[in-house]
Amino acid sequence: MIPSSVDYTRASSVGEAIRLLAENPDAKLLAGGHSLIPAMKLRLNSPALLIDIARIAELRFIEDTENAIVIGAASTHADIITNQYLKGLTAMIEAGELIGDTQVRNMGTLGGSIAHADPSADWPAVLLALEAQIKVQGADGERIIPAAEFFTGFFSTALDSGEIVTEIHLPKAAVGSASAYRKFMQPASRFAIVGCAASVTVEGGVISAANVAFTGVSDAAFLDEGVASALIGKSATLENIEAAASAAAEGDMHINEDHFASQAYRKHLAKVYAKRALAGACGL
Amino acid sequence: MSNKFIGKSVKRIEDKRFITGKGRYTDDIVLPGMTYAYILRSPYAHARIRSIDYSAAEAMQGVVTIMTGEEVGHYGVPCGWQVNFKNGDIMKEPPHPLLVKDKVRHVGDAVAMVVAETRELAQDAAEAIIIDYEVLPAVTDASKAVLPGAPLVHDDVPNNICFDWEIGNPKAEVDEAMASAHHITSLDFVNQRLSPNAMEPRSYIGQYDNVYDKYTLYTSTQNPHLIRLLMCAFVLGLPEHKVRVVGPDVGGGFGSKIYHYTEEALVTLASKKIGRPVKWTETRSEAFQTDAHGRDHVTHAEMGFDAQGNIVGLRIKTFANLGAYLSTFGTAVPTYLHGTLLQGLYTTPKIHLDMTCVFTHTTAVDAYRGAGRPEATFLLERLVDLAALEMGVDPAELRLKNFIPAFDGVTQPGYQTNVALQYDSGNYHSVLERGLEMLGYENFRKEQAEAAKTNKILGVGFSTYIEACGIAPSAVVGSLGARAGLYEVGQVRVQPTGKISVFTGAHSHGQGHETTFAQVVADRLGIPMEDVDIIHGDSDTVAFGMGTYGSRSLAVGGSAIVKSLDKIIEKGAKIAAHKLECSADDIEFKDGKFTVKGTDKSLSFGDIALTAYVPHVYPANLEPGLDFSSFYDPTNFTYPFGCHIAVVEIDKETGFTRVKRFIAVDDVGNVINPMIVDGQIHGGLAQGIGQALFEGVEFDENGQITNGSYMDYTMPRADDLPMFELDRQVTPCPHNPLGVKGAGEAGCIGSTPAVVNAVIDALWSAGHKVKDVRMPMTPERVWKAMQPA
Amino acid sequence: MLCNTLKTNGFCAKALNFYLTYIMPKITLTVNGKTHTHEVEGRLLLVHYLRDTLGLTGTHVGCDTSSCGTCTIHLDGKAIKSCSLLAAQADGSSITTIEGLAPEGELHPLQEGFKEEHGLQCGFCTPGMIMCAADLLSRNPDPTEQEIREGLEGNICRCTGYHNIVRAIQYAAQKSAVAV
Ligand SMILES: Cc1cc2nc3c(=O)[nH]c(=O)nc-3n(C[C@H](O)[C@H](O)[C@H](O)COP(=O)(O)OP(=O)(O)OC[C@H]3O[C@@H](n4cnc5c(N)ncnc54)[C@H](O)[C@@H]3O)c2cc1C
Ligand code: FES
Ligand code: FES
Repeated sequence: MIPSSVDYTRASSVGEAIRLLAENPDAKLLAGGHSLIPAMKLRLNSPALLIDIARIAELRFIEDTENAIVIGAASTHADIITNQYLKGLTAMIEAGELIGDTQVRNMGTLGGSIAHADPSADWPAVLLALEAQIKVQGADGERIIPAAEFFTGFFSTALDSGEIVTEIHLPKAAVGSASAYRKFMQPASRFAIVGCAASVTVEGGVISAANVAFTGVSDAAFLDEGVASALIGKSATLENIEAAASAAAEGDMHINEDHFASQAYRKHLAKVYAKRALAGACGL
Repeated sequence: MSNKFIGKSVKRIEDKRFITGKGRYTDDIVLPGMTYAYILRSPYAHARIRSIDYSAAEAMQGVVTIMTGEEVGHYGVPCGWQVNFKNGDIMKEPPHPLLVKDKVRHVGDAVAMVVAETRELAQDAAEAIIIDYEVLPAVTDASKAVLPGAPLVHDDVPNNICFDWEIGNPKAEVDEAMASAHHITSLDFVNQRLSPNAMEPRSYIGQYDNVYDKYTLYTSTQNPHLIRLLMCAFVLGLPEHKVRVVGPDVGGGFGSKIYHYTEEALVTLASKKIGRPVKWTETRSEAFQTDAHGRDHVTHAEMGFDAQGNIVGLRIKTFANLGAYLSTFGTAVPTYLHGTLLQGLYTTPKIHLDMTCVFTHTTAVDAYRGAGRPEATFLLERLVDLAALEMGVDPAELRLKNFIPAFDGVTQPGYQTNVALQYDSGNYHSVLERGLEMLGYENFRKEQAEAAKTNKILGVGFSTYIEACGIAPSAVVGSLGARAGLYEVGQVRVQPTGKISVFTGAHSHGQGHETTFAQVVADRLGIPMEDVDIIHGDSDTVAFGMGTYGSRSLAVGGSAIVKSLDKIIEKGAKIAAHKLECSADDIEFKDGKFTVKGTDKSLSFGDIALTAYVPHVYPANLEPGLDFSSFYDPTNFTYPFGCHIAVVEIDKETGFTRVKRFIAVDDVGNVINPMIVDGQIHGGLAQGIGQALFEGVEFDENGQITNGSYMDYTMPRADDLPMFELDRQVTPCPHNPLGVKGAGEAGCIGSTPAVVNAVIDALWSAGHKVKDVRMPMTPERVWKAMQPA
Repeated sequence: MLCNTLKTNGFCAKALNFYLTYIMPKITLTVNGKTHTHEVEGRLLLVHYLRDTLGLTGTHVGCDTSSCGTCTIHLDGKAIKSCSLLAAQADGSSITTIEGLAPEGELHPLQEGFKEEHGLQCGFCTPGMIMCAADLLSRNPDPTEQEIREGLEGNICRCTGYHNIVRAIQYAAQKSAVAV
C-alpha cells in the first residue's frame, strides 16, 4: 500500500517534461497515475522521479479539425465520453464508458492508457479500429505513429524512451461508416477478457471497408485482418457478419489464458464479440 | 411494557456518525507516541527457514524494534473447540506460533515484525530483512493431503489428518436404507473456499501503560472479551484484570473477526517491550492471505428415494480443509455446525456423515457467515433439486412431500432429528408455498419453455433451509468440546434520573444493536428510546461477553438484557409498593408506570429510579440502586428457516449468467426491527449469490493464492445483483423471552444452492443434462457445460 | 536523482531521509473549504494525507488495488479514489471529503437517504459510497435503478447487498428534485 520513496515534480510544458525525462533516466511520466500508482503501491514499480504531466494545458484538449478529432494525451476518459465532438465516433464513447469506474474515468488518461499498453486495456482496440494517428514528441522533435504500428507487444509500444504521447488524431467518420465497441469483462477487475472494436463502412447496403480490432485476446491489441477481409463486398446482414466473425482470433497467434478464460474459451468469445461489435456498428 | 418500538422499522441510531464520516474504527485511532508495525510474511506455502538476518533492517533510521520467532515463537494462539477422533483420541493440535522460527506453512505465515516510527519506514526496513528459505512441496487440497506421500504440514500429524468424525445413524443402517432405495441421486462437489472480505481490514493497537501496569488492546474484533480471555489465559499469560480489550467501530466481520489472531498478541507484546503504543493494520493483500477463510469442503453425497419419492437415506463423505493451523472455531464449523444440520427440513429417516478434517498449506479456515450451515444446506438442496430433475418430478413438489409437518414447539413437541438437534418450532410448507406464489410458478415455467428456444435461457432454483442459531446452551456445547460457555451478559443500569445505560457483551459491527436493543429496552420500560444508551465493545465497561456470531446477539444477548429488565421491574415494584403502601403483588407495571391494580394510584418509572438512588422512603430490607446484570444461557439453539428462489438467465453464447430475480421468504421468529432484519437478509443474499457465481480463493500447485486481490477475486458489485423480493413468516421461538431466532446468516445460508440449482435447471431446460457446475459458476464453466462432451 | 544514487550506493535510509526533508514537495490545497499547506514526502498518498496529516478519518482504506472505492472523495468536484493519487498530485486542488459534504450539523440528501433507507450497516464503505453517489447525481439527477447500479461499479459494500444503497440514492434524487 506504500510506494517506495520517490521524488515528484510537475512539468509546466511538454518541452520541460521532455527535458526532465532526458536528464533523469530513472524518471517516469505521471499522467492520471491510474496504472502507475497502483503498481507503485504494490512496489512492482519504483521510479526515482515522477514527472507529472496531467496539468499541462497543451496536453488536455479535444478539438474538431477538418479531417480529424484531435485529443490531447492528458485528456481523461471522462473528458472523452462527455465531449460533443466525439459523439459520432460511437466506439470511443462505448469503450470509454466501460473503462474502470467513475473514479478511474475521472483520473485516467488516453495517453497514459496507450503508453502503458496493458494487453487488456480498451482504448488500444478502438484506436486500431478507427485508424488513429498517434503524435509523439521527444528530444528530437515530433513524429506520427499510426495506431497499427504503435502497439508492439506485451506492455510495449513504438514509443522511444524519452518520448511523450502528445495527441491522438481520430479520422472523422466517413459517410456511411459507423463503429461500435463490445466488451466481455473480467468480473473482478473489469478489464477486458475480450474487447472488440469494429468500424464498418456500408455503401449501398454493401460493406466497402471494415476494421475489427481486439484487446484482451493476445499480448497486445491487434487488428484482425481475417474477419475484416471476409466482410468486404458482402451485404451487411447478420448471417454474413456471423460467418466473418467465425474467423476471429484464428491463425498463428498467442492467445491469453487465466483463471477466468482458457484459450479455447477466449477464442470463442472473440468470435462472439466480433459478431456483436460488427452488428452494433451495422446497427443490427 | 409498551408497544411503541418493537416491530417498527426505527431508523438506526448509530448511522449518524457513519454517514458523516465520524465513525471510529481502530485504524482511525491515533495515540500519543504511537509506532507502526509491519509484518514480514512468507512468500512460500511451505519452506524451512534456514536463517533470518535483520541486522541491516535494525540499523535503519526510524526502526524501533524487530521481533522474530526466536523471541516470541514460544507463544501461540489456541483453538477454542476440541473435537475427538471417531476412536476417541483427541484431535491433533499443533502449535500456532505468533512468529514462526522453523518452518512456514502457508503463504503469508508471519516471520518477523518490524516496529518503526512510521508505516513507511516499517515497510522499508522489512524489505531489508534477508531470509534464507529452503522451499518444500506444498499441498492445498484436503482430499489430496490425506493421500500417502503428501507433504506434511506438521511433521507429527500423520496424513495431515487433524481428526476424523461421524454423526447420524449407524453407518450400517444407512447403508441398508440406501440399498433398498428405488433411486439414488449422487453428487461429487466442492464447496469452495471463500475469503470473508469484511471491508475494514483488520487493525490492532497495543498500548502498555507502565504507570498503572495496564495493557490496552484496540482490535477490530467481533468478541472483545473472548479475545481478552484467550490472550490472557492461553497465549501470553497476562493478568486478565490488567488487560483492557476494546472493539470500537468494526467494519464488518462475517465470522472472520472471531478468531484470536496472532497479531493481537504481537502488538500487545511489542508495546510492553518498547513502552509505546504499536499499531498494525493489514493491507487487503495480507487480508487475503491471513484473514480466516471459510468453507472448503470436498464431498461425495448420496440421497436415496423410494418409488413414491420419499427420501429414505442420506450418506456423505466429506474432506474439510482446516488450513495450516487451527483457528478459534475452525474445528467446530465442519462438525457440530454442519453435521447437525443434515436433517434439513426433511423427514429423512437415516443419515450418516463421515468427515475427515485435514491440514493443508493454506490460510486457516474458520467461521464465515453461516459457518457449516451453508455447507449443509448446499449439500441437501443440491441433492433434492437434482433428484427431482433425475426422477422427472417437480422440485417444489418433492420438497413438500418430504418436509417435516408443522409444529409450534409449545402445544406440539420440538422435532428430534437424527443428527443430535431438536428443532424448536417450524412451519416449512408455508414458506415454500409463499415463495411459489411470489414467483408465479406456473407462469414462470411457460416463460422458461419459450426462452429455451432462444439464446437467453431461463432457470429457477429452490432452496429451503434451516439453520441452528442463537448459539448456544453452554452445557450442550461443552459436552461437544467447546472450551467456552456460550451464554451472554446483559447489564442494565438505571441512572438516578431514569436514563438507562445498557451494557451488552454482544458486539455490533453492522448489525444495529444500538437501535434494536434500545427498542427492546424502551418498550419494556415504557420510556423513550433517547433515554437508552447501548454500550458494547469495551471490557472495562462491559462486565463480560461472548460476542457476536452465529446469529446470537438478539436471541442470547437480547435475552440477557431482558432478564435484567425483569429484575429491574421486579425491584421497582417493591419500591413502588412501599411508597404506594400496598403489596408488591398488587403493583402492575405498564407504559412506564407502576400502578396499584384497579386504581389510578401510580408512580412513574422516573420516580422509582430516583427513589432507588435517594432511598429516603424505602423498603427496610431492600438495597438501594437499580442496576442488574444477568447471564443468559439459552436452553436450546434457535432454528430459523426459509425458502429462497433464484431465477437466472444464461447467455447461451457466452455462459454469462445473471440473477434476474431473487425471492426470499424467511422465518426468523419475532422481528424487533423489520428494516434491520431485511438489511441482514439482503447482505447475506449477496454473499450467498457471490459464492455461487463469483467468489472462490484459488491456489496454484505451489500454494500461492492466484486471486488474492480485488483485481482477481470477484466481489459482487451493485450491477451484479437484482433488487431482492422479500417476505416474512413469523413462528416465534418458544424458548427465549423475545421469541426471536436470529437473522444474521439466513440470507447467506439459503441463497447459494438456489442459484446453482437455477443454473442447472436452465441447462436442463435447454437439453444439457449436467449434474453440477463447479462454483463459482463462471461464464466459462457454464458455457463448457453447454458444449458437446 | 540523488536519492536513487544513494539507494544504489547501499547506504540509503538515513541519508535519504535527511535528504528528503530538504526536497519534500510543499503542497497547498483546500479541503472542505479550509486551506492547508504542508511539506509531504513524494510517495505520500492523498488518502494518508487526509487521514493522518489532517485527521479526516472518514475517508477509508479498504484495499491496495484501487478497487473498493472506500477512499472516494471529490477532487475539484469530481469523485476520485484518494488511494490512487499522491498528495502532491492534488497540490492546488480543492477537495471535499465526507466530513465536508454538508455544513456542520446538517445532512446532505444522500446522507439522509442512507439513514432513511438503511443504506449502511457497518458503515465502512459508506463515506465512499456517498461521495461516489454525489458525483453520479451531479451528472445525472434522475438516474434509473440500472444507472445507479452502474454508477456504483467502483465501490464495494460487503454488508448491504446494495439493495438499500440503491434505494438511498433514489431517495436523495427524489428529495433533491423536490428541493429544486
Ligand atoms: C480500478 C481500475 C480499473 C481500471 N479499469 C480499466 C479498464 O476497464 N479498461 C482500461 O482500459 N483501463 C482500465 N484501467 C486503467 C486506467 O484506464 C488507466 O488510467 C490507464 O491505463 C493509464 O492512464 P493514466 O493516465 O492513469 O496513466 P499513468 O498511470 O499516469 O501512466 C501509465 C504509464 O504511461 C506512461 N505515460 C503516461 N502518460 C504518458 C504520455 N502522455 N506519454 C508517454 N507515456 C505516458 C507513464 O509513464 C506510465 O508508464 C483501470 C485502472 C484502475 C485503477
Ligand atoms: S482504498 Fe480501495 S479503492 Fe482506494
Ligand atoms: S456497510 Fe459495511 S461494507 Fe458497506
